[in-house]
Amino acid sequence: MSENTPSAMEHGLQSCHGCGLLSRPAPGAHEGRCPRCDEKLEFRKAASLERTMAYLIAAAVCYVPANLLPVMTTNTAGGSESDTIMQGVVLLWSPTGWPLSLIVLFASIMIPSAKIVALLYLVFTVKRGSIQNNAQRVRLYRMVEIVGRWSMVDVFVDTFTVSLIQLQPLMSVEPGPGLLFFAAVVVLTMLAVESFDPRLIWDAAAAKETKHEVQHA
Amino acid sequence: MPDTEKFSNVPEAKAVPKKRTRLSLVWVIPIVAAVAGVWIAVTKILEKGPEITINFSTGDGLDANKTKIIYDGLTIGTLSAIRLAPDHQHVIATAKMMPKTKDFLVKDLKFWVVKPRITGLNITGLGTLISGYYIGVQLGQSKEGERSFTALESPPVGGDVPGRFFQLRTTELGSLGEGTPIFFRQIQAGQVVSYELDKAGKNLNVKIFIQSPYDQFITPDTRFWQASGVDLTLTAAGLHVQTESVMSILAGGIAFETPVTDSPQPPAPADTAFTLFDDRTAAFRPPPRDPHDYLLVFKQSVRGLNVGAPVEIGGIQIGEVTGIQAQFDAKTAEFSVPVTISVDPARYGVKFLNLPKDDEQPGDGHKRVMDILVARGLRAGLKTGNLISGSLFVAVSFHPEAPPVTLDWSQEPVQLPTQSGQLEGVEESVASLLKNLDQTVSNLNLTVSSARGTLTNADRLMTSTDKLMGNANNLIAPDSVLNAELNNMLQQGGDAAQALRVLLDYLERHPEALIRGKTGEAKP
Repeated sequence: MSENTPSAMEHGLQSCHGCGLLSRPAPGAHEGRCPRCDEKLEFRKAASLERTMAYLIAAAVCYVPANLLPVMTTNTAGGSESDTIMQGVVLLWSPTGWPLSLIVLFASIMIPSAKIVALLYLVFTVKRGSIQNNAQRVRLYRMVEIVGRWSMVDVFVDTFTVSLIQLQPLMSVEPGPGLLFFAAVVVLTMLAVESFDPRLIWDAAAAKETKHEVQHA
Repeated sequence: MPDTEKFSNVPEAKAVPKKRTRLSLVWVIPIVAAVAGVWIAVTKILEKGPEITINFSTGDGLDANKTKIIYDGLTIGTLSAIRLAPDHQHVIATAKMMPKTKDFLVKDLKFWVVKPRITGLNITGLGTLISGYYIGVQLGQSKEGERSFTALESPPVGGDVPGRFFQLRTTELGSLGEGTPIFFRQIQAGQVVSYELDKAGKNLNVKIFIQSPYDQFITPDTRFWQASGVDLTLTAAGLHVQTESVMSILAGGIAFETPVTDSPQPPAPADTAFTLFDDRTAAFRPPPRDPHDYLLVFKQSVRGLNVGAPVEIGGIQIGEVTGIQAQFDAKTAEFSVPVTISVDPARYGVKFLNLPKDDEQPGDGHKRVMDILVARGLRAGLKTGNLISGSLFVAVSFHPEAPPVTLDWSQEPVQLPTQSGQLEGVEESVASLLKNLDQTVSNLNLTVSSARGTLTNADRLMTSTDKLMGNANNLIAPDSVLNAELNNMLQQGGDAAQALRVLLDYLERHPEALIRGKTGEAKP
């Protein structure tokens, strides 16, 4: 895909993140701004890999308490009960409720972890300068970007439940500390996706190509 | 940059002074996350309380991760796992205690399952119907730490309430049960904790708890009795109803009282055993002092004599009947009824004066007294105590005219001579009754003859009365002179009344007639 197509950077041009306008970089050591939409202009996202890595590590750290701590405490007349996400999945699992259980399992446990793993893979391959499966890696990045926000569903459901179910003497629901960490995981992975610059994927390929050409020449 | 000229029409970016980029700043985020994570982990580990195991006889109502251990309304732990013991006879529950409960966990800490319990008097743990069972805790006094406990079957009684435990011995449980109230002067002073059959299976040991300050009223002399239900007594003075409280009528109870003595006794030590009497009367029946058993052989019917019937001398009870058997002597072909009595005058408050001392062996003096009494004609007999029920009692009386008897002290129990006095007396009475009857009959004859004279007189009286009546009849007859005269008189009376009415009428219309007299034109 990118092997034979020139990139803007190769031609000393910057493309705007916001409106896609191509522009020449600002003269001198100044930071460039898009003349059309005033978006910050860079050849590549600054310190993309480093930021992504930082966010990923933070997300991975938060992922542990998010799954170990209870996300929701249900107080009923029969006593209170704290459930972690996994306990919720187990609780929902029944002959009729299994689709719901699966949704929670996917949205809350598999997607965040998959996101972290996928992004780690992308960061490592880019860092190594891999040129294989470029197209797949870009597709993977898109998927991660699209699917990532759905993890927030769990947080929304939780906050809704907490605010709606307040039948004080009979039943009340309180958020657990796990919820905070879970939200942090979702936000941090979204930030990681945001800070990762997919153009780096084919930059490496282009670099290798030029190297190859140079060697050939 | 080779293509700058080519894209010269491309607008140039605005120049903004470059800020110093501190990319490393982004690493603060994972550091913060890690610190938060570590902090949570550390607090979790620090918060992790001790883990204990509790042995239950049944896992009924217990739920892992749900059943709480609650002390004074606060959760101090939660059951984390429940499994069957290796012997399959009971259930071992693992409980995670809250942090800082380490000093709770001592050797005599008590656990029990709080569930709805409905006894006759108490309904407890109703809340658990909704909330599910929980585990109650009673703190221990011990200093020794412990991690494995055995749960009690029922909530402990007493606990933090000051008081003491005592034992009651009884042959029948009656309506007693755990939690049965114990009354002292109609105040609830304690309750039954538990009961168990003794090893021989003959008696029941009832463990009771008397709370302070009532426990100090229990001396070794205190009497306990079953206060279950109502005690009805019908005496010459009327009907007596005795009960402790409405509650005890419904659910049973125990009452205790300490007899008032001249020298107050110190409170009984804890776990003292007492006898539980059937009723108050039995409880306050004087205890045996110096009982002696005797055998009375009656040849007459003992119908109406019961075990427990009193033995009286001069109307004062000195003992009671303890046994009634029957025996048949094949040799003499005689049927007799041996009755054993227990005589204990001291028990019933008979005072002894100048009692001879035992010379050689104990009971010697008593024997001598008895010998003297029998020589003076002491005999036992049966007497009717109650005419309606026909109940008999043993009456000991003196019959100096009776043939002399000596007591055979080698027998056990000693046979006392009997006197079938009652029957002889009856015969005598019947004979005198018959004699009297004879007299009465002859008297009656006399009366009858005089009555005959009276009757002739009465006859005469009747004839004259008859005549009188005839005269009276003549007077009232319709055709008699008197009648006609009377009719006439009435007629004239009526006429007079008519004339008077006319006069009054006239006067009403012409009142002046009173002065002027009747005028001609005023004539109606």
